[in-house]
Amino acid sequence: MTRRNNIYANVDWISILIWMLLIVFGWMNIYSANIMNGDGTILDFSQRYGKQMLWIGVSVVLIVIVFILDAKFFPFFAYPLYGLMVMMLIAVFLFGKEINGAKSWFVLGGFQFQPSEFAKPFTALALARLLSSHGFTLKSKRSLVLAGMIIFTPALLILVQPDMGSTLVYFAFLLVLYREGFSQNTMILGASLAVLFIITLLTDKSLIVLGIWLVALFLFRFNVGGKKVVTGIFIPGIAIFGLLFAANYFSGMKFPIYHVTLAAFAGASIASLVAALKSRQPAMLKILVGMFVTVLFVVSVDYAMNNLLKEHQQQRIYVTLGMEDDPQGVGYNVNQSKIAIGSGGFAGKGFLKGTQTKLQFVPEQSTDFIFCTVGEEWGFIGTSLVVILFVVLITRLVILAERQRSHFSRIYGYGLLAVLFVHFTVNVGMTIGLLPVIGIPLPFFSYGGSSLLAFTLFLFIFLKLDSNRLELLR
Amino acid sequence: MNLFDNRRYVFIVFTVLIGLVFIVRLFFVQVVESSYKVSALNNSQSHVVVYPARGLIYDRNDELIVSNQAAYDIMVVPNNVRAFDTTWFCNILDITKQNLEERLQRAKNYSWRVRSVFMKQVSFDVAAILQEKMYRFPGFSLQSRTLRKYARPVASHLLGYIGEVDKRILEENAYYAMGDYIGVIGIEKSYENILRGEKGLQIFLKDVHNRIIGSYEEGKYDKPVKVGRNMTISLDADLQEYGEKLMQEFVGSIVAIEPASGEILTMVSSPTVDPNMLIGRNLGETIRKLSADTLNPLFNRALMAQYPPGSTFKTINALIGLQEGVLHTTTSYYCDYGYYYRGVHVRCHTHRAPLNLVESIQHSCNTYYCNVFRRIMEDPDYENTEEAFNHWRDHVASFGFGEKLGSDFTNELKGNIPTAAYYDRYYTSGHWNFLTIISMAIGQGELLITPLQMANMTATIANRGWFYTPHLAKEIEGEPNIDPKYKEKHYTTIDAAHYEPIVEGMDLAVNGGPGSTARIAKIQDITVCGKTGTAENPHGEDHSIFIAFAPKDNPQIALAVYVENEGFGGTWAAPIASLMIEHYLKGETNRTWLEQYVLNGNTKKKKNEEAAQGTEDTGNEEEG
Repeated sequence: MTRRNNIYANVDWISILIWMLLIVFGWMNIYSANIMNGDGTILDFSQRYGKQMLWIGVSVVLIVIVFILDAKFFPFFAYPLYGLMVMMLIAVFLFGKEINGAKSWFVLGGFQFQPSEFAKPFTALALARLLSSHGFTLKSKRSLVLAGMIIFTPALLILVQPDMGSTLVYFAFLLVLYREGFSQNTMILGASLAVLFIITLLTDKSLIVLGIWLVALFLFRFNVGGKKVVTGIFIPGIAIFGLLFAANYFSGMKFPIYHVTLAAFAGASIASLVAALKSRQPAMLKILVGMFVTVLFVVSVDYAMNNLLKEHQQQRIYVTLGMEDDPQGVGYNVNQSKIAIGSGGFAGKGFLKGTQTKLQFVPEQSTDFIFCTVGEEWGFIGTSLVVILFVVLITRLVILAERQRSHFSRIYGYGLLAVLFVHFTVNVGMTIGLLPVIGIPLPFFSYGGSSLLAFTLFLFIFLKLDSNRLELLR
Repeated sequence: MNLFDNRRYVFIVFTVLIGLVFIVRLFFVQVVESSYKVSALNNSQSHVVVYPARGLIYDRNDELIVSNQAAYDIMVVPNNVRAFDTTWFCNILDITKQNLEERLQRAKNYSWRVRSVFMKQVSFDVAAILQEKMYRFPGFSLQSRTLRKYARPVASHLLGYIGEVDKRILEENAYYAMGDYIGVIGIEKSYENILRGEKGLQIFLKDVHNRIIGSYEEGKYDKPVKVGRNMTISLDADLQEYGEKLMQEFVGSIVAIEPASGEILTMVSSPTVDPNMLIGRNLGETIRKLSADTLNPLFNRALMAQYPPGSTFKTINALIGLQEGVLHTTTSYYCDYGYYYRGVHVRCHTHRAPLNLVESIQHSCNTYYCNVFRRIMEDPDYENTEEAFNHWRDHVASFGFGEKLGSDFTNELKGNIPTAAYYDRYYTSGHWNFLTIISMAIGQGELLITPLQMANMTATIANRGWFYTPHLAKEIEGEPNIDPKYKEKHYTTIDAAHYEPIVEGMDLAVNGGPGSTARIAKIQDITVCGKTGTAENPHGEDHSIFIAFAPKDNPQIALAVYVENEGFGGTWAAPIASLMIEHYLKGETNRTWLEQYVLNGNTKKKKNEEAAQGTEDTGNEEEG
């Protein structure tokens, strides 16, 4: 029975080693990005690297506490901890301090504390508790709604702060649902909607509606054989739109095509709906409903894009999609970041030798854009090392999660790795210009006590659960 | 465990895939692509921040009142400094070698790698010489800044000024960098985002000798500068200057509003400062000195001084009485040098008696308003004093009292209208009645109102029952409209018809002949309507108040004048208001004798300069 009791033998040293490497390398880069004068000491708490050192110390204390606690503590207190977190998120909205336009901070003495960071591990705990509870099945609607509420309550509270980046992270938990057996088709449907979303942003809306229409026509013709509908309604309709488009495109006229399209679309749809009902063909109805939903989606995406998102957020999305080649404007951050990374070359300029990332040119260079400093000073060697560390950590966590006997531990593990995956992908992706600039930190790496502590807690609760995997059965 | 176990591989595959995509991309960005590569020399790229010119400010007559002048800061990055010709450098800057060392040390203390200011605002000539020789001084650079320039030495309170950003702003707003300027107060602060524009960035390539050899990547990564947007404000600079001149011997303020639009025409706070003093490298020093002055010239009395309204408030009580139906135009009260009730005595001055409503305004009779107030507070329609008081308070609040009006100033104060809860706490519930709070009948007591609120009340009376939130913004370049909240009419809870007798009384107070309280404010050809007031001040002499609007029909200007520590409202405030109205409506004034009288000021002179700001005034039952 010694195996069960010896925590050193059971704990996963590979994960801990990667954690340590990330923390140390991260701190070195924060030090380099912030070092102001030649003779600053490492523990200068007025500087970011000093504060970060302090937070690393606190993290170690936190780890010790997590390992002292009984592993059963976490499933047992999952809901109360989650409830507490939700209350904190409400409180921060009421009493928090606004920094950079988002009300997401508590200020106590000289320290700032960001509850939204801590909401992630606690959401994972609550979700794991729910999904592992007896008799829970993702097939029941009620269960799905419950899971959705657990995931999106904190997400909504963070959205109103407003902190778009942290909100998007919560979609990571849908990946957990996927692992637990959530319908693959629904996931694919979700993914196609995301693709349609991007297409909507990229192309003319009327063209998309027309496209959807053509697809529907195609399905009608070859699946159902609604020949009458096809020839009687769709073909003349499409011909008219072709003409309108041509008129607009070639002779510079300005028909309000979008609105005409929508109106005609509605009219023709009602006609085909009547036809479908008359002919009593359920397949035809299905196609029609599908068509409606898709068009509705396109229209609402368009509305949301133009009316709900702030201008700079719209801009960032457009720039990433390559629609606005505007390095002077909003692409500025990304370009500066790319210049910094690119200037590092293969081997980098060397520790403390970087120039581009020092304060002025790359914004947020010790938080969201810390990866730039790595790129500049450590070159391709450094950046690929960080990428590899994250890939190894996440795949290692998949392996650990899969070896759990307890559902709770496995689901929690997937929550952890899914959130890490999203943070890693989005953060590195934005720094190298592959994804929109969404301000979320690189786990264990970026400056920030809340982020560091929350991710450390997130990871080490799992490692604790894992070390007790032989005892935890449910 | 079940058929979903295979999904683990989806996770692993995706993670590895993303990792590969990133590594390939990084390989391209860092190793293959030359466009991102920079030569190994640290200084081969030079980033130059381009500061935009700040937006200009015009007054309502399109007179340019705030413009820019150029100044140059010498910046330094200590890490890049190499040995240089210190003697030449010191000579041109007119500093000693020791001073140079000190300045360098200060920059090092801030940061070795980040640019900071070495010397602020050197003259254009020096900057021109330095510009040519800059390559000989690696690590140093010139940074142009824009400073403000003011066409007239007036309106510093309302225009505000710009100053260097402090640590707090640097932390909270990523746009600003050390040494940047930001609107500190007034219009400069309220419309900072409009006026400042947006900084640009130019990236240059430099050779080993620190000389610029061209723009980096043909300016592909430069960020163009966006010039600040101009704006027109509703201020009448000419009237403002006149107002400041009239107030030069007094402490106090004038606020004038165009009633039909809510636009602020003038906002004087005296003593004032020449805005040209609030620019340049000695700004901090100047501010410190001015703040030490007992009369605090930086304190904007028009927005921040809170005084009891005195007798001007009788207009409000009359309106409420009419609205509640406890007072009629025909109601008359006898006055025997005051109001006596259960041992409380509110004194009144000599005038004929009895008086009806219109005459009560004309003569400002205290007794009349003690009676009116009693009728309001003992209104049989309501259960008790508390309920009646709450109705009274709602009426008062509808004039914009007791809350910030929401003008385009960030430092507006809200004054005070006590609540029933306050009296319940103070006297315990049910143990207070109209007599306890009788001083509010004549505008004394716990009431506190700012001059801006007072001017707004005057505009409301001039409009017979509504107002637009007072504001200065008139036109902003690039925006079709100003804030829609300034286009929204606010109606008081008093019917328009009830205003007529009040306006009539204010007319008679000025034009009613002997016995009227403000005869001195009368102007030939213009029907001025006015009301005097005296705010009691426990720290010293009473404050003199006068509110007025003109012409009576179709009012063009409504204003409130406060003169601190100068006694009765008719003495100084009324003539000042009258001159202001005449100046605004006629463009000049013929009454030199009255002008001289005001300009020479109080012959007693300011013997007793307590910096009475009237913020703590508490009332006692006395004449108003």
